[in-house]
Amino acid sequence: MLRKLFKFHGGVKPQTHKTQSTTQPIARVPLPERLVIPLHQAVGGHPRPLVAPGDKVFKGQRIGGADGSLSSAVHASTSGIVRDVAPALMPHTSGLTTLSVVIEPDGEDRWGELDKVNYRTAPPDELRDFLRDAGVVGLGGAVFPSYAKLKPGKEGRLKTLVINGAECEPFITCDDLLMRERAADMLKGIVAMRHMLQAEEVLIGIEDNKPEAVAAVQAAIAASGQSGIQAVAIPTRYPAGGAKQLIRVLTGIEVPHGRRSTDFGVQCFNVGTAYSIFEALEFGRPLISRVVTVAGNVDQPRNYEVLIGTPMDHVVRQSGARPDTDRYIMGGPMMGVRLPAFDVPVVKATNCILVGSPALFPPPPPEMPCIRCGECAKACPADLAPFEMYWFSRSKNFGKAQEYHLFDCIECGCCSFVCPSHIPLVDYFRFSKSEIWARERDKSSADAARDRFEFKNFRQEREKQEKAEKLAAKAAATREKVAADSQAGTASPATEAPDTAKPAAPSAEDTKRALIAAAMEKARQQKAQIAPKNTEQLSAETQADIDAIEARRAATATPPTPDA
Amino acid sequence: MINSPFVRKAASVQQVMLQVLLALVPGIAAYVWFFGAGILVQIALASAAAVAGEAAMLAVRGKPKALFLSDLSAIVTAWLIALTFPPIVPWWLTVTATLLAIVVVKQLYGGLGQNPFNPAMAAFCLMIVAYPALMSQWPAAGQLDFSSQLQLIFGGARQVDAISGATPLDALRTALRAAANPDSQLHGLRAAQLMDGPAYGMLGGKGGEWVALGFLLGGLWLLQRRIITWHIPGAFCLALAASAGLLWAVRPEGFASPVFHLASGGAMLGAFFILTDPVSGATTPRGKLLFAAGAGVLTFVIRAFGAYPDGVAFATLLMNLCVPLIDMNTQAPVFGHKKD
Repeated sequence: MLRKLFKFHGGVKPQTHKTQSTTQPIARVPLPERLVIPLHQAVGGHPRPLVAPGDKVFKGQRIGGADGSLSSAVHASTSGIVRDVAPALMPHTSGLTTLSVVIEPDGEDRWGELDKVNYRTAPPDELRDFLRDAGVVGLGGAVFPSYAKLKPGKEGRLKTLVINGAECEPFITCDDLLMRERAADMLKGIVAMRHMLQAEEVLIGIEDNKPEAVAAVQAAIAASGQSGIQAVAIPTRYPAGGAKQLIRVLTGIEVPHGRRSTDFGVQCFNVGTAYSIFEALEFGRPLISRVVTVAGNVDQPRNYEVLIGTPMDHVVRQSGARPDTDRYIMGGPMMGVRLPAFDVPVVKATNCILVGSPALFPPPPPEMPCIRCGECAKACPADLAPFEMYWFSRSKNFGKAQEYHLFDCIECGCCSFVCPSHIPLVDYFRFSKSEIWARERDKSSADAARDRFEFKNFRQEREKQEKAEKLAAKAAATREKVAADSQAGTASPATEAPDTAKPAAPSAEDTKRALIAAAMEKARQQKAQIAPKNTEQLSAETQADIDAIEARRAATATPPTPDA
Repeated sequence: MINSPFVRKAASVQQVMLQVLLALVPGIAAYVWFFGAGILVQIALASAAAVAGEAAMLAVRGKPKALFLSDLSAIVTAWLIALTFPPIVPWWLTVTATLLAIVVVKQLYGGLGQNPFNPAMAAFCLMIVAYPALMSQWPAAGQLDFSSQLQLIFGGARQVDAISGATPLDALRTALRAAANPDSQLHGLRAAQLMDGPAYGMLGGKGGEWVALGFLLGGLWLLQRRIITWHIPGAFCLALAASAGLLWAVRPEGFASPVFHLASGGAMLGAFFILTDPVSGATTPRGKLLFAAGAGVLTFVIRAFGAYPDGVAFATLLMNLCVPLIDMNTQAPVFGHKKD
């Protein structure tokens, strides 16, 4: 059945390099000596460790518990002993470390008891919790916790569930092989997702350079007897596999930056995610392995089913890295990240280990000035004007950069790819974004500090005022009392001598004097109260000594008699 | 640290400029065929001056010389100067104009990618204001042989009157003005009749129309190579033809036909090679349409009512001035923000 497809603006056609790694089926990797499993592998909160060094763990045992409103659990990929729970290098360009669980496999690779769920009858909420605890996250690279996306949105039902099998990045073929080999199981996962989302139709988008995968998925759909699910071959053009671009191609809908696709009746998942959901729901198996493409500067590019936490060099060894290898890239050549070391672990986001060499990925020619040729704008799948954003980023005019929709940039790399001046445009945009984020952080912390300071001032002012009011009230009370006293005292003389110049009420001078006297009396009382501070728990002798001293002091302090 | 993308298309500024130069070749070939090889001398002179000026300025500015000289952008400017100036201007005029374009209009504004004005057109305007007589001597096709061209370029004395004084554009305008005068012999003659002379060909000036066709051919090749988009040449030709056509339809005895305008002077060179300069031109699709349409109308207005032999250069500069405004106000809506 032919379907009307839509176009997205721009895009590029880099060499795909996909045929080399698709000649052989997905292979298994022998158990490594050590698995290093980072606890934070998905978007959202940092899972807390549930194991300690020395613990014995089973395959599939939860070792990191989901934390907070958006988080996803992490599991032991094999059975063995926890050797360490400590920070370890992340598979990220930054070279930062993250809390990881180091497991020494016992070689038995034995599953523990797994939680099961009857996904055909269980309510969607229960399934979502189950998938969160099974650690299922988006395997397309964004690693967003899947349970959080399996909500149908405001209307309670979805128009279209888009399954992303486009795989537009060069070199990567893990989704291709997964669709070829596991289409039927993946489809079961899709059916479960469709049920949770109450989706009217399911569209599985696959770039037309993968005819075997399209055929396999179509055969699986036909065999399943499901209606309303369609595998659609889409034109091969990078980045057709970007979620927004794929949604656009299949449905014509453009989901703007910062909006949820469910608001438009669409939700998008990767094919690998669908397969993991099947594994979790059908067998209770949490996400502990994934298909990883090893490609680039290796003798035999191939796809492997790799346990999460396996050191990358262990995986690459299976394919035979060539001697001039100088780096690993996680992901493809367009959006991949250069890794800080060869032995960083495979994580849930690792769709490809691209083995690089200076010959395969030569350094770019020297950067030239922008000639405003507009090639970048022609290639931009987000319809941006990268050369304008470049000027503003370069001059650190971040406000203007944002006006030109900097944050709509998906960092696909098309602009850098086509630029005849070899300007690393995406790097400029990453720089601008991080600068803006840093400034916003600074600003919000400055705002918080200012709020704190202003509140402190307000509080001090308020307390001062309250004190003053209290004092004034007290003074007024005393004044009244004094006035009443003197009224009483002067009442009779006034009646006796009504014609004297003396006023009926006490003079201001008198009141003041009376107030002073009252204050002095109060101070004296306070002093008397404060004075015997250290005299509470005294021995009898000490008390006697003190009494003697007091007596002596009283004697000397007594004013001398007039006759002395 | 090199970040993604790790792969790049094999594209460079040098390649872009090289293709622009190649696209000029058919027009130059026609030029040589009809007007003699003198133009090649001018191209060589301008190229040498451009490279020298660029090298000197790069040295002063402390920029890498080999990198920026090999981008060929100075050569493109040089060729455009040679091709828009009369082919027999003295050598010092070509050299001065090229140095002005490269040193002042391009490098003093910051070099490649930074100049707000098209360097070749700025040089043309400066020179036509400074040396109006020299800049208005256009020989007719086949009028001068190569040796007399060389003599005019390098020799001191020149007999101004011996050389045909005006472009067909200029001549026709003068003739049309004369035709409007009841005392003139030409009174009452229409453009088509006025063009019945040895200076005119089928569409425009004799020979000149073939040069224009050569540039059109090269321009179409640039379009096919995706070096330029259709917006600027399309809008320019349309606007020029429409404004010329409008007045021609109303008063055919007073104005030249739109075809004549398109085939004469710098129209084709302007449409495909000058206005399409990305540095000084508009960049958004809608902006390009506005920019080029403005240039087309201005070109016609200057040609029909002005005193200069052609209007492309002034129109280009005037529209260059408007580019920031045009670009700022013609940004297309981005992904997800379009109105259906």
